[in-house]
Amino acid sequence: MRIKLEPRVAASKWMSYGSPAIAAVLTIFFGAILFASLGRDPVQGLYIFFIEPLTGLYELGELGLKATPLAIIAIGLAVGFRANVWNIGAEGQLVMGAICGGGVALAFHGQGGWWVLPLMIIAGAAGGMAWGAIPALLRTRFNANEILVSLMLTYAAVQILGWLVHGPWINPEGQNFPETRTFEEWALLPELIEGTRLNVSAIFALVVVFAGWIFMTRSFAGFKVNVVGQALDAAKYAGFSQNKVVWVSFLIGGGAAGLAGLIEVTGPIDQLNATFAPGYGFAAIIVAFLGRLHPVGILFASLLMALTFLGGESLQINMNMPKAVTGVFQGMLLFFVLATDVLIRYRIRVVSRTPAATGEAG
Amino acid sequence: MKTGRITKWALGLALAGAVALTAGMAQAQLKIAFVYVTHVGDAGWTYQHHLGRMAMEKALGNKIKVTTVGPVKEGADAERVIRKLAASGNKLIFTTSFGFMNPTLKVAKRYKKVTFVHVSGYKRSKNVSTVFARLYEGRYLTGMVAGMMTKSNVLGYIGAFPIPEVIRGINAFTLGARAVNPKVQVRVIWVSSWFNPGKERQASETLIAQGADVITHHTDSTAAVQAAQARKKFAIGYHSDMSKYGKTAHLTAATHIWGSYYTKVAKAVLAGGWKAGDTWGGLKDGMVALAPFGPSVPAKVQAMVKKRQAEIRAGTFHPFQGPVKDQSGKVVVPAGKTMADGPMLGMKYYVEGVVGKLPKK
Repeated sequence: MRIKLEPRVAASKWMSYGSPAIAAVLTIFFGAILFASLGRDPVQGLYIFFIEPLTGLYELGELGLKATPLAIIAIGLAVGFRANVWNIGAEGQLVMGAICGGGVALAFHGQGGWWVLPLMIIAGAAGGMAWGAIPALLRTRFNANEILVSLMLTYAAVQILGWLVHGPWINPEGQNFPETRTFEEWALLPELIEGTRLNVSAIFALVVVFAGWIFMTRSFAGFKVNVVGQALDAAKYAGFSQNKVVWVSFLIGGGAAGLAGLIEVTGPIDQLNATFAPGYGFAAIIVAFLGRLHPVGILFASLLMALTFLGGESLQINMNMPKAVTGVFQGMLLFFVLATDVLIRYRIRVVSRTPAATGEAG
Repeated sequence: MKTGRITKWALGLALAGAVALTAGMAQAQLKIAFVYVTHVGDAGWTYQHHLGRMAMEKALGNKIKVTTVGPVKEGADAERVIRKLAASGNKLIFTTSFGFMNPTLKVAKRYKKVTFVHVSGYKRSKNVSTVFARLYEGRYLTGMVAGMMTKSNVLGYIGAFPIPEVIRGINAFTLGARAVNPKVQVRVIWVSSWFNPGKERQASETLIAQGADVITHHTDSTAAVQAAQARKKFAIGYHSDMSKYGKTAHLTAATHIWGSYYTKVAKAVLAGGWKAGDTWGGLKDGMVALAPFGPSVPAKVQAMVKKRQAEIRAGTFHPFQGPVKDQSGKVVVPAGKTMADGPMLGMKYYVEGVVGKLPKK
C-alpha cells in the first residue's frame, strides 16, 4: 500500500476553501506539540500567538499598520507574478520610494504646507516605479534576467540610502548619527484612529485592493497579463506584446512598493535612517502567493502575515520564548498554508501495491 | 500557564501576608525589560548586554523579574515592542541600540511612570536616560599593546561607519600605539555594516596583505580575530573577550561592561530614587575593561599597559591629552590640555598616524 498524489481533472472548489482549514488544524496541532515540548502551556501559547494581538484597539491598529504595506506591495507584485514576470526586488523599490518621498519632505523642511504630503506620495510611487523600470528595460531590451537584476538593485538602493543618510541628508542637529531630520507635522500621514498608530495609509490599502481587483479581473490589460502568464503562445497569437506586459508588471509592482516605502517612513518612523528597511518587499512575495495572487486573498494573507509577526512578539514578551521558537512557529504556519494548497489541484489516493489492483484501477 | 498565574497570585498573597506580619521592608518585584537589536550569540554587542543583565539578576535576585525581546528591527516594530513591554507592567526598560532612540522617547511620553534607559543615544526626557561607555579609554590601552607587539609597524583597523564614535576609537587606538612606538601606522578599512562576518573577514585579509600584523575592529563579529588566528597574526577583540576565537592571536580586547550600571539603575528605581540623565562611563566606573591578556603578551608589556590603565582610572592621564595633531599636522589639543567631551563626541578627523582619508560625504 502506498500514498499517491493524483492530479485532479479540474481544481477542487471545495478544497480551495477547505485547505486553509486543514492548514489551521495542522498548525494548531503541531504548534501545540512544539509548545508542549518546550514545557510551555500549549493552550496559552496558541492564545498568545493568535488571539492576544487582537484584544485591543491599539493592537488592532498595529495589525493594520503592519498589514497595510504588505498588502499594497503584494498586490503590485501579484500582477507580475500572474504574467510570470518575477520582480524579486520590491524591497529595493520600497527603499527608493522612501528616498524619493522622504526627499520631498526634507527639501521643503521649514517651508512646507498641506501640499507636501500629496507630493511625497506621488514622489514615493514614482521613485519605486523608476527603480522597477530598470529591470524592465534590461529585460525587454537585452533579455537580462529580471529576477537577478531586480534582486541586485535592492542592494544598490540600500547603499544609496546609506550614502544619503550618512552624507548629504544627515541631520545637522543629530550629532553625526546616520539619520535625517524628523519630518514636520504636515509631512506625516494623519492618524486614522486616535491613540493608535494606524494612519490613512490603511485606506490606501483598501483602494489598492479594489483597484487591483478591477485591473486583474475586469480590465483588458489585466486579461492580457493573465494570458501572457498562462499561455504565452496564445498571447503571441492574439498579438499581445510580452514586453508591454513586462513593463506594466514592473511599473505597477515598483509603484506599489515605492508607495509602501513612503508610507513606512512618513507613518511610524517619520524620518529616513539607514536601518528602516523592514523586509516587507520580500515578505510580500510570500503574501502574494499566500493570497493566491488574488487581491482579496492578499488582503487576508497580509493580515495573517502581520498577525504572525505580532504573535511572535507576544510570545517573546508574555512567555519569554526565544525569537527562534516564534520563527519556527511562523514558518510552520506558512508552510502548512502553502502546502495544503496542493490539495486543490491534486488528490491523495491510497493505492495498493499488488499488480492485480493496478489492473483494476480506473 | 493558568496554574502559573495562580501560583503567582498565591505567592503574591503569601508575600503580602508575610510583609503584613513582619511589617518588613519587602517590596513588590520590579519588572525589568531589555530590547535587543540582535541575537545574544556568544560574543559581541548584545552578548555584553546579556552579561550585564545576568550580573544585575545575580546582584538583585528575586527583587526583579527580567524579560528580554530580540532581535527587534530598528524600524517601525521597535515602538510597538517597547510599548507592549511598558503596557505589560515593566517599570524599567533598557533599549540597547541607537535606532531605538526615537521609539523609546515616543513610548516614554505615554508611559510617564516607567523608567527608560536608552543605550548610545543623545535624546533624553524626564523618564528617559541615556548611557554609553568611554570605550576610547580601552582603545588607547589596546593601541599600546598593538604598538608594542607589532613587528611590521602596520596596524589594521576595520570600521563599520565613519561616525564620531568609531573615528574616536581609531584615533585613541592610534594615539596609544604611537605613544609606545612612534613608527606605527594604522590602516583603516570601512565595511559599511555593523555585522557582516564575510566582509569583516575579507577586510582582515586585505589588511594583513597590506602588511598589518595586528588587527582590530569596530564591528560586531569575531571574524577579524579568526582571520588573525588563521594567518598567525595578532588581533585585538572588541565588545567581548574573543579569546576563544583566537587562542594565540587574541592579545586582549576592549570590552563593554554593563552589569554595574544596570544594577545601579535597578536599585535606584526599586528605592524610588532614579533621576534621568546621561551617563558616559569609562574604566573608573567599571563600564570599560580590558579582556585578560593572551599568552603572547610579555609581562613587560602587560605591566606598562596596567600602569597607564591605573593613571586613566585615577584621572592623571587622558587618552586625548595634548599635544594631539591631526593628519595634516595641525595641533588639535595643545600640550598641557585635554580634549573636552564636546569635541570628542563630534570627532570628524583622523589623528596623525592614521593612513588614508576619511570617506568624503
